Amino acid sequence: MELFRIKRDIPFMKHALIFNAISFLTFAVAVFFLVTRGLHFSIEFTGGTVIEVETPAAADTEKIRHTVEKMGFGEIQVQNFGSSRDVMIRLPVREGEKQTEVVDKVFAALCTAESGTVSRHQQITDKGESISKQICNSSAADGSKVEPIKLSRSEVVGPAVGAELAWDAAKALGFTILGIVIYLAIRFEWKFGVAGIIANLHDIVIILGFFAYFQWEFSLAVLAAVLAVLGYSVNESVVIFDRVREAFRKYRKLNTHEVIDHAITSTMSRTIITHGSTQLVVLSMLIFGGPTLHYFAMALTIGICFGIYSSVFVAAALAMWLGVKREDLIKGPANKEDPDDPNAGAVV
Amino acid sequence: MNRYPLWKYAMLIVALLIGTIYTLPNFFGEAPAVQVSSGKVTVKVDSAMVGRVEQALKTAEIKADFVQFDGSSVKARFADTDTQMKAKDVIAKAVNADPADPSYIVALNLLSRSPQWLAKLYAFPMYLGLDLRGGVHFLMQVDMKAALTKKAEALTGDVRSLLRDKNIRHAGISRDGNSVVVAFRDVEARESARRLLTDSMADVQWLPGSGAEPSLVGSLKPQSLVAVQEAALKQNITTLHNRVNELGTTEPVIQQSGLDRIVVQLPGVQDTARAKDIIGRTATLELRMVDDSTEAQAALSGAAPVPFGTERYMDRGFGPIIVKRQVVLTGDNLNDAQAGFDENHNPSVNLTVDAKGARIMKEVSRENIGKRMAIILFEKGKGEVVTAPRINSELGNRFQITGAMSTQEANDTALLLRAGSLAAPMEIIEERTIGPSLGAENIAKGIASVTWGFVAVAIFMCIYYMLFGLFSSLALGFNLLLLMALLSMLQATMSLPGIAAMALALGMAIDSNVLINERIREELRNGASPQAAIHAGYERAFATILDSNVTTLIAGVALLAFGSGPIKGFAVVHCLGILTSLFSSVVFSRALVNLWYGRQKKLKSLAIGQVWRPEPEADVPGKA
Repeated sequence: MELFRIKRDIPFMKHALIFNAISFLTFAVAVFFLVTRGLHFSIEFTGGTVIEVETPAAADTEKIRHTVEKMGFGEIQVQNFGSSRDVMIRLPVREGEKQTEVVDKVFAALCTAESGTVSRHQQITDKGESISKQICNSSAADGSKVEPIKLSRSEVVGPAVGAELAWDAAKALGFTILGIVIYLAIRFEWKFGVAGIIANLHDIVIILGFFAYFQWEFSLAVLAAVLAVLGYSVNESVVIFDRVREAFRKYRKLNTHEVIDHAITSTMSRTIITHGSTQLVVLSMLIFGGPTLHYFAMALTIGICFGIYSSVFVAAALAMWLGVKREDLIKGPANKEDPDDPNAGAVV
Repeated sequence: MNRYPLWKYAMLIVALLIGTIYTLPNFFGEAPAVQVSSGKVTVKVDSAMVGRVEQALKTAEIKADFVQFDGSSVKARFADTDTQMKAKDVIAKAVNADPADPSYIVALNLLSRSPQWLAKLYAFPMYLGLDLRGGVHFLMQVDMKAALTKKAEALTGDVRSLLRDKNIRHAGISRDGNSVVVAFRDVEARESARRLLTDSMADVQWLPGSGAEPSLVGSLKPQSLVAVQEAALKQNITTLHNRVNELGTTEPVIQQSGLDRIVVQLPGVQDTARAKDIIGRTATLELRMVDDSTEAQAALSGAAPVPFGTERYMDRGFGPIIVKRQVVLTGDNLNDAQAGFDENHNPSVNLTVDAKGARIMKEVSRENIGKRMAIILFEKGKGEVVTAPRINSELGNRFQITGAMSTQEANDTALLLRAGSLAAPMEIIEERTIGPSLGAENIAKGIASVTWGFVAVAIFMCIYYMLFGLFSSLALGFNLLLLMALLSMLQATMSLPGIAAMALALGMAIDSNVLINERIREELRNGASPQAAIHAGYERAFATILDSNVTTLIAGVALLAFGSGPIKGFAVVHCLGILTSLFSSVVFSRALVNLWYGRQKKLKSLAIGQVWRPEPEADVPGKA
């Protein structure tokens, strides 16, 4: 099977200006949403409390909201998570409150609201692991014991931790960008480094734009995905740049933008297939990964989609605008015979 | 040209074998087990316990898969939960003489079902993170300011006694923040004090004070400041270990995180309130005088009741001992306990008490020279005498316990004396509870996404690249195997982000294969012979593969360096995945291709899918 039968080089660069205008627009829109709406940070960044409870039947979120609101934690959020039986409650950090006691208090209140009592329970799983947990007991109408509400997960994060995480994230981002630019500059030329990194920042801003627009939760896992996209997306640009260098050597008659067109066209099939297969895996994560991996997979999905586009139209075009020349990549005869260069043999 | 030397195949087979062996333990699942660990800080579990457990099981005719000692606890694995429950009762009865006051915690646990020979090769399954297993997680912040204040308090006491010993007159010693301020009446006294203090306190620097009166300001040197903080953190971790041991359920994780934080993870525990209760518990230390009177001797031999105003406690080594009810000092006044050596080079335990403690010790010791003083450790409301040394001379704020003990015993005693208390207060700043069912669900979902991702990619590759696609898929499988083996060898903690990284690694690993396969097709399109095309395809694609992987690796390393928690879990797998994919796509897939095609001299075509040749006019790219 072969999907791509491209006879001639597609003149991508002819339309570079239009595409650049489009990317600039999408970029601007993403920035606009980032500024106006902001990101919906998870409690890992903001600090606060998240409590996830499971109910035997579809949960009455209104009742839960009402119960928790009465406790006076300020601005709270109660929403379904995953299924109609799972409810997530988010509480903000509050001055003077013993945060670590919040979960117990809320769980007790929710349990009481279901006319149950909280008790500690030592239980042995079918595998033989002993588990001690808090459970909420109440009697059903027919006298049997039921668990009207189950605590499935809770997280409490202090505000200091969040601030540190944000700072660490900024450092990681900075280090990645710097590292990639330096690497590309050494391996190719600074113009490629700059073009590549701008193209990839463009992807990242667009991912963030999506998260801002839909107010999806931006968690540590999403951050990891975003940074992984940064590394991944540079791949594309590198593959194209690699071809550009080779084409400069091979086809001496072509001018810069024809060379770029050729490089893009000849790597087209590889780009699409690679992205396609990565996307297959990420989609499988999106479908089977459950709610915990949902936004992680989402960030990757968007990153991959825009990654193709940006490396073709943004990175290559930017390199062109920055004025990449044959001489930038092919330096003197000494370099030509570099024994370490596996492309050296490609010279016709 | 497409032949690998024999050693390369040998290397790959070895890699495959090692990969398989170290990945294996992950597939066996877990079996019920019973764990015996120490129930008190004064009780140590050692390899002798293995024999006791084995003996107990033998007499009860219960068959265990194995009984082993793993450094801090003894674990016995059983075939099913029924045997496990029976064994737990039997073992508990055998090791704990007094069920009301258990010296050992006998708890149910889970152990990998993988066979013993794998464990002998150090092949263990990956450790599952809390998000996959369920449990509680605490991040605790150590109050370093308090640790430094405590140290400064101790210094103040030291300075006071030093100056008194050498008869240097001062006009008052006070603590100002973390420094000690000593005032003097004249400059000469200050100079002699300065010489003395500089000589005898190596970790403090002394500078003249700024006020009108002559004074000295002592503050800890920067490196000692760091040392104090490190010691505080270490002691807190030790104390936490002792307390958490009491929960006895499964192997807890207690780790330093950053400069002043401690991570505590307790798998299998869901009850945060109880966990906090135990973490926050303090064992207390009391110093009391031993009653060696004749009435007490009679009471010890059982002839008379315990005299009025005294209590009977068990000594760790020697048996019962009668001590006075009146408390001389409590652990609050104890600043430090370190193992060391006395002037005769015998092992000793060196204690330091604070100023108030020093005053009391001086008085009590002067009046009781020749008598014994007991150090009692209270845990869960029960006391036990750690040691009861004889007082030989008047004591100050620093004193030694010496006697017939080994270096190890001195270390243990010092540890015990320190264990009761925290060096610095701690606060829980992050807390997570993950239900066990949620954990199981997370595992299932994570594995499903990796599996289906892998299947989808493999099917696509086989359809699109035919035989070469199959080679690529095999290389992908090899990559997954290597990655799992590496993670198991490193005993990395597998978490949900880690599984996600594994899935992502699969998606990205295929990139190298696509690059190679496309390159081979291109070479064929340009009219190269099949063998030449394979060769050129692999050679030329390599530079590109390297470039693209290095950039991804840069991002991965950044995540590894600056990330924490889930990000680090992701980054470890991500980075390793890049390295293994580099190896498997370049070396392994080529080995398969070479094996298949390498020996065929007159190779006409490759099963790499359709190769479409452009019309001759389009030979030159761009404008014809």
